Amino acid sequence: MYRYDEIDDTLVRERVEEFRGQVAARIKGDLTEDQFKPLRLMNGVYLQLHAYMLRVAIPYGVLSSDQLRMLAHVARTYDRGYGHFTTRQNIQYNWPRLVDIPEILDQLASVEMHAIQTSGNCIRNTTTDPFAGAAADEVSDPRPWCELIRQWSTLHPEFTYLPRKFKIAVTGAKADRAAIGVHDIGLRLVAGENGDIGFEVHAGGGQGRTPRVAVKLRDFVGQRDLLAYLTAILRVYNLAGRRDNMYKARIKILVESMGADAFTEAVEDEFARLKNGPLTIPVEEIERVAAHFLPPAADPRPVAKSADPAFLRWKAHNVKPHKVDGLRSVVVSLKPTGKTPGDASAGQMDALADLADRYGLSEIRVTKEQNLVLPHVAAADLADLHAVLAGLELATPNAGLASDIVSCPGLDYCNLANARSIPLAQAISKRLAETGLDEPAGELTIKISGCINACGHHHVANIGLLGVDKKGEEVYQLTVGGVADGQSAVGKILGPGFTADSAVEAVLTVVRVFTERRTGAETFIETLGRIGADPFKEAVYAD
Amino acid sequence: MKAITANRLEDGRVVYRKAEGGWTQHFEDAARYSDDALDSALEAALAEEGVVVGPYAIDVEGAALSGAKLRRESIRLFGPTAGSTREAAKQGADHVQI
Ligand code: SF4
Repeated sequence: MYRYDEIDDTLVRERVEEFRGQVAARIKGDLTEDQFKPLRLMNGVYLQLHAYMLRVAIPYGVLSSDQLRMLAHVARTYDRGYGHFTTRQNIQYNWPRLVDIPEILDQLASVEMHAIQTSGNCIRNTTTDPFAGAAADEVSDPRPWCELIRQWSTLHPEFTYLPRKFKIAVTGAKADRAAIGVHDIGLRLVAGENGDIGFEVHAGGGQGRTPRVAVKLRDFVGQRDLLAYLTAILRVYNLAGRRDNMYKARIKILVESMGADAFTEAVEDEFARLKNGPLTIPVEEIERVAAHFLPPAADPRPVAKSADPAFLRWKAHNVKPHKVDGLRSVVVSLKPTGKTPGDASAGQMDALADLADRYGLSEIRVTKEQNLVLPHVAAADLADLHAVLAGLELATPNAGLASDIVSCPGLDYCNLANARSIPLAQAISKRLAETGLDEPAGELTIKISGCINACGHHHVANIGLLGVDKKGEEVYQLTVGGVADGQSAVGKILGPGFTADSAVEAVLTVVRVFTERRTGAETFIETLGRIGADPFKEAVYAD
Repeated sequence: MKAITANRLEDGRVVYRKAEGGWTQHFEDAARYSDDALDSALEAALAEEGVVVGPYAIDVEGAALSGAKLRRESIRLFGPTAGSTREAAKQGADHVQI
């Protein structure tokens, strides 16, 4: 893992003290709310329905066990005993007091964490494959590049006041698990013609009100040119992106209005000016950062056969192949039946940190599906690990299944929400368990957002639910056919909206029709492509 | 009728404007305003930005919340209907004493 150097440490500590002064000035009355709001947002502090919410950055979703213990401590001491892991691989606390937040940030700084750039119109936390550095299908490890992007984008003076927020995702594997098609910039590590590793660059993707799949700008950008090329994209966006209408301010709107060719040309012109200049990354710097992300050693211990059905089911769904012999990656599901997606208690976080120390080289990842991952676990230790996880309610064998539901906080917490999300996720999860549909449906994504901001990623769900407000009533639009990873696609609305109860049953009906109509090992998207939406529509709107 | 609500500056908790001025977490102690009296009450509330954030008017009918934002305001008043912290929130069991 990357360790802070003196510059990182000083920067974060100074920021804590600066914010401490700003909070004190606000409480004392020296700052108005209008003056204070942009300052608190720059430090990840939102005001939600019931309380302030603090969003803490987890750089590219990578946590050490000590950091996870600190997150548990914050949950226990300053919140109500829980943290909520988000679709952006971050963590949110729903109940901290404003007056405590400088102290929380001070404690987070002691484990090299902060909340800088978790809000505001700046470059946000870069996200990546949760199996980075471990995945068996990896072309190249994306973490050093995420780290370089983090350092380049942190408090970047030119890009602190962009037209809108800006999200970068990087994948290093053949299978895209970072959803690069729906990010402002999506980077895919690829081997070039002469075998050199570089980046395929996509831009203009995004979800929210106007979902768009990114366009490819370039097949290959060399490693040393990465920051120059990113700067060129950001510069074109910063100058030409709209600032008069926040709904039209994301880069996807600019790419669309300019046209992909004209946008690419503008980026290339800017890149030509920047290439071979001071933004060219020195080879030694690439090597210095990469040295923080060395692969783990192989584990040659023999693996005892198990006949325990609970273990075997968990292994089938939650254990993933690893590039190093004798190792596996383990998905720790935060989706027990009927519980809140992405929530972990302080006790669970502490226990998982201990397990990471014992079995997982002290490392934990956060996934955009709101689960946690132990990326490097010896195959020989899986059975022991499973037994302990089961006792912590952390061994639900549903990674990637329909019950691995993604849900934003919705109207139970969020100030921008139109409708609740969590109760629907809980009800669908329970119904999937009751009907036994979860396992036969296989890998299938269900995602729920409480408003069009789409934090629950419903647009790119195989089955998506979007909460809208119809004259004070919660109504849910059902979409089918979205895909987050790989060939990203935006789901299409199936028909008229539903009340909360009927939305739950409608989702179950879609899952049931899929299991009845699929042939062989077809995915939901393949079945939908073959039979079309009509059979689903007819079943859902039958009454 | 209307009431006035806001979030408390120090901790963000939901509060309601009292008739004699000042704020309460108890909705039953909130002042009710006729449309005529609302403007000046809201103005006074907005002047207290050292105590609260973002005061605004909500619909009430008799002793209860009402209007198009009923669900949102009910969730603000009674706490989340779901989520792991719901029970703790219901019992007012903040780990931090407020
Ligand atoms: S999608 Fe809407 S309701 Fe859900 S967390 Fe985002 S802003 Fe809030």
